[in-house]
Amino acid sequence: MTQPERSASAAGEARVVALVSSGRHPVSGRAGRAREDARAVEMGLALAGASLHLAHAGDAEDAALPEYLGMFHGLEGAGGPGELSLLPMAAGDDAVPLLANWLEAYGANLVLTGQRAECGEGSGLLPYLLAERLGWAVATGVAAIEHYAGDRVTVLQALPQGQRRRLEVRLPCLLCVDGVAPMPRQSAFGPSRRGRVEAVANVTAEPDTLQAAWQWQPARARPKRLKVVKSTNARDRFKAAAAKSAASGGQVLTDLTPDEAAQKLIDYLRAEKVLPAVQPGEDGQPSA
Amino acid sequence: MSVRRLDPHAERARRNRLHPRHLEFARPAWRWTSADGVTRINPHALGAIGPNGIKRIDRSGASVEAAAAGGPQASAEPSRRQVTIDTPTAYVAVVPELPEGRLSDHDRDLLGLARQLAEARGGAEAGVAVVAVAFQAEVAGLEEAGADRRIDLSSRVDADSYAPEARLAALAAVETALAPAHWIFADDFPGGGDLGRRLAARLALAGDAAARAATRVWQLSEGQTLSRAGDRQDIQRDVARVLLALPECAEPVSDTRHAATLLDLDASAGDASAAPGVIDRGRVAVDPQQIPLAQAPFILSAGRGVSDWDGYHHAAKVLGASEGASRVAVDDGYMPRARQVGATGTFVSASCYVAVGISGAVQHLQGITKCQRVVAINSDPSCDMVKRADFAIIGDGDAVLAAVCAQLGQPQPESGDSRHEEVRHDAA
Repeated sequence: MTQPERSASAAGEARVVALVSSGRHPVSGRAGRAREDARAVEMGLALAGASLHLAHAGDAEDAALPEYLGMFHGLEGAGGPGELSLLPMAAGDDAVPLLANWLEAYGANLVLTGQRAECGEGSGLLPYLLAERLGWAVATGVAAIEHYAGDRVTVLQALPQGQRRRLEVRLPCLLCVDGVAPMPRQSAFGPSRRGRVEAVANVTAEPDTLQAAWQWQPARARPKRLKVVKSTNARDRFKAAAAKSAASGGQVLTDLTPDEAAQKLIDYLRAEKVLPAVQPGEDGQPSA
Repeated sequence: MSVRRLDPHAERARRNRLHPRHLEFARPAWRWTSADGVTRINPHALGAIGPNGIKRIDRSGASVEAAAAGGPQASAEPSRRQVTIDTPTAYVAVVPELPEGRLSDHDRDLLGLARQLAEARGGAEAGVAVVAVAFQAEVAGLEEAGADRRIDLSSRVDADSYAPEARLAALAAVETALAPAHWIFADDFPGGGDLGRRLAARLALAGDAAARAATRVWQLSEGQTLSRAGDRQDIQRDVARVLLALPECAEPVSDTRHAATLLDLDASAGDASAAPGVIDRGRVAVDPQQIPLAQAPFILSAGRGVSDWDGYHHAAKVLGASEGASRVAVDDGYMPRARQVGATGTFVSASCYVAVGISGAVQHLQGITKCQRVVAINSDPSCDMVKRADFAIIGDGDAVLAAVCAQLGQPQPESGDSRHEEVRHDAA
């Protein structure tokens, strides 16, 4: 894995924070690290080493916290134990003002977190609310940090179909780490015991009033959409119900020489914008 | 008073098809209205004697379709009711994704959800209009998809580059001008999911407490939305001001046609003055072989019909395609197991899938159901892959691939040449 470049001066003053949340195993439902948050911690460890600071707003007894602290191993230089700041609050409280105040007091300038929590509301709104409140920049879908120096960080953003886009984000900023980021390292027992959890004093959480009106229920399977044919004609309805979706009836070209076939294929791919269009300079014909 | 009188002999002859004088008395029509005013149907009079002497009843209406030339088109697409709103009183705003400049299925679902919300507020009679906010100039099909108005923000925002802050400023201008009752976005990253959350955060910080977005909305029922929370819970809540909806959240509009009139906004309002925090530095070239096969946009897949494997790998490199394979090619050891496409391998979702020398086993066709365009190159014109394909070339796959490479200006080096190069490389 490539390490992100960073200039020496910036690395000294870097205050990189990873916001972590409790997760659930997708199959067993066991409490542990959240998948995207673990990737955010991994990205922070690759960037800042042991100086990465973790923050969590919630319960001190959460089983996920030691697992995040157990990731502080195998680091270059003096790898100290992990540190986590805990902002105590109950499950129904609003985490945004707590985290915003704490981030401002701590002086963080790069905050990493997952895109969406696995427990609770899980709306993915928290980074945006924090950024709006603090006036920071926010970028989502971060797959890698390429360069970190001065007042800017260069990241790769994951797009659909495995594509990537390079973004330059002004510091201080929040980065939401995507699920395609590098795999997180395993959590080890020793570092998890040595890591420190410090509860931040003088924090009063306020209950989330909007949430009180909601009804929570176990997730239901989403119904599959039925193909409804609105036609007054029984024949059309029958044909639509009995039609094979696969048999679309495309264009079939026969009796072509390989060169003609290749030309047709290239024309088709260009028309569908799979291949780039012909540049003005080249004529697309073989040079020989 | 008239008395119905029946000829019992005639009735008997009519009922008994084996009666020698049956045809004399049989009614010519299979359906008639009796004297009581009841529609009677004689099932024995239905149908026609086929060429093999067996009576066939065709209830499919094929003869009707054959008779009326212009009929099938009209019946396949029921006529839509035109809905026009002259002076809208309230708005429901939809921000469609418009991948490749066209309305996707997800966008149509969003517009269908917007129509449901507009109907809940009184619909067209109350003047509630659905407005589609697009960052592109020419969008086709908004009328059928259910937009009463449309807003074109292409003059403010570059549609091709990723500038979330400029887009947010443009949407904030729309918010001040129209104050829509609901904002609907597609919940996918990094498109509408990103923009909708930014707008919700902006509105929430401006003091609108109800603007907290409902994310991953998948159903609207009884005036409340169901949204997926975390992995294993749903939230049922009142309809939020900002909705980020999943695909298939509502049925697309199918029975009405709308005006989609262009709304002009004040061009000067709400310009993005501050320096942007996120700057787009363009796409990064990705090695197609590094993309997970399930996500790859362009796949060149090979099967039993390929014998020149060096030429195939070279063609994949020239075309910039990810490599896929059928089960036969994997079993024969020409391709790794991770490249196998199909029910026993990977289900792919490429936008273009080129199958070379693959006849199309059922398991393979199952793996490519989500592909948008399928191209087949095969020597057998009757195989299933050619039937499935949108574009099929009947011919030898190796020769066609070699010709493609040659026409793209990068012919495959002769095997002798490459060996010479290797020798030189080793010598150096």
